[in-house]
Amino acid sequence: MTRFFNGLLHLRRGAWEMLASVLIAMGVVMLMQPFALVLYSWSFVITLLGTVMFIIVSHFPE
Amino acid sequence: MLKSSVERVAEATPHAIAKRMHGLSDRALAWLFVAPSIVLLLAVNIFPLIWTIRLSFTNFRVNRPNAEVEFVGLKNYLNILSDRDIWLTMQATAHFLIWTIVLQVLIGFSLAYLINKKFRGNDLWTTIIVLPMMLSPAVVGNFWTFLYQPQIGLFNYAVGFLTGADPSSFSMIGDVSLAPWAIVIVDTWMWTPFVMLICLAGLRSIPPSIYEAAECDRASKWRQFWTITIPLVLPFLMLAVLFRGIENFKMFDLVVQLTGGGPGSITELTSINLKREAFEKWRTGYASAYAVILFVTVFGLASIYVKALNKVKQR
Repeated sequence: MTRFFNGLLHLRRGAWEMLASVLIAMGVVMLMQPFALVLYSWSFVITLLGTVMFIIVSHFPE
Repeated sequence: MLKSSVERVAEATPHAIAKRMHGLSDRALAWLFVAPSIVLLLAVNIFPLIWTIRLSFTNFRVNRPNAEVEFVGLKNYLNILSDRDIWLTMQATAHFLIWTIVLQVLIGFSLAYLINKKFRGNDLWTTIIVLPMMLSPAVVGNFWTFLYQPQIGLFNYAVGFLTGADPSSFSMIGDVSLAPWAIVIVDTWMWTPFVMLICLAGLRSIPPSIYEAAECDRASKWRQFWTITIPLVLPFLMLAVLFRGIENFKMFDLVVQLTGGGPGSITELTSINLKREAFEKWRTGYASAYAVILFVTVFGLASIYVKALNKVKQR
């Protein structure tokens, strides 16, 4: 966990890609879950944030 | 003295063209050759995407081209993301996506594992199994509609024969609780061979020497399966899941032909719903926003999936 946070602080690709992937996965689950409309409403913002973040951080150093 | 092919081509080039090209650097020449592809890609892929994003912020209706187009900001997005009907189509898509992928991977891998064994008529069985994949989705949808008929359908008779139920007592595409499973069954029937072929390629790429070494170490068949077969086939399996996932997220033709989204809207997947918004209700701006939401979702999923695939391949 410490390594992950260190990666975030030092702008390392691995940690940031992991964060972006979690956001995308969360967004997709929120989009398709049958439990709460409010989660569905916020799903696109989360997925978009994750996707844009993924594109940017994939240019960070390893 | 024999001339190389490059020299022969250089000599055959007309003098006027050769003179014009003379001042160009290698980089400029490379750009000159690549430029037509880039222009085509921009015109066919990138421009429509940017245009769709632009339309998604307007109230444009393609059936009223002369009406004034107003900029509505995020209204289309907000309407879509608070619409319960669209939320239900997302859930229908999720049900379809999850079950088709689970069944196709399990059955496809099992078939590939069996076909990979040496037996008489191996090639013939491979061809027979692959047949459904070669059919048109419209044809498949049409004949499965007949197979699912409660009175004359072969599927209903087979289920009746196996379970003892009356074949005409249930309708796969007319019953709200069965229709989502009806489309899952047909898609699984049609596309399992595709997953099987990819898994078969993976299984045949494993060198026999690895199994021989495991035999020497007295590893059981079970252990060989989990420590050799599965890890080495995993990248292929993930590729199959990626292809089927993207395809099934966009599934349209097969389901339209089979159920038309019904009964009610229980099998109305997102692409069918999107088509209705765009070409039946003619809400082009709204449908563009809908398409952008689906695009971002598929793009995001594909990005993390490709990353995972690369990690598995590096192991």
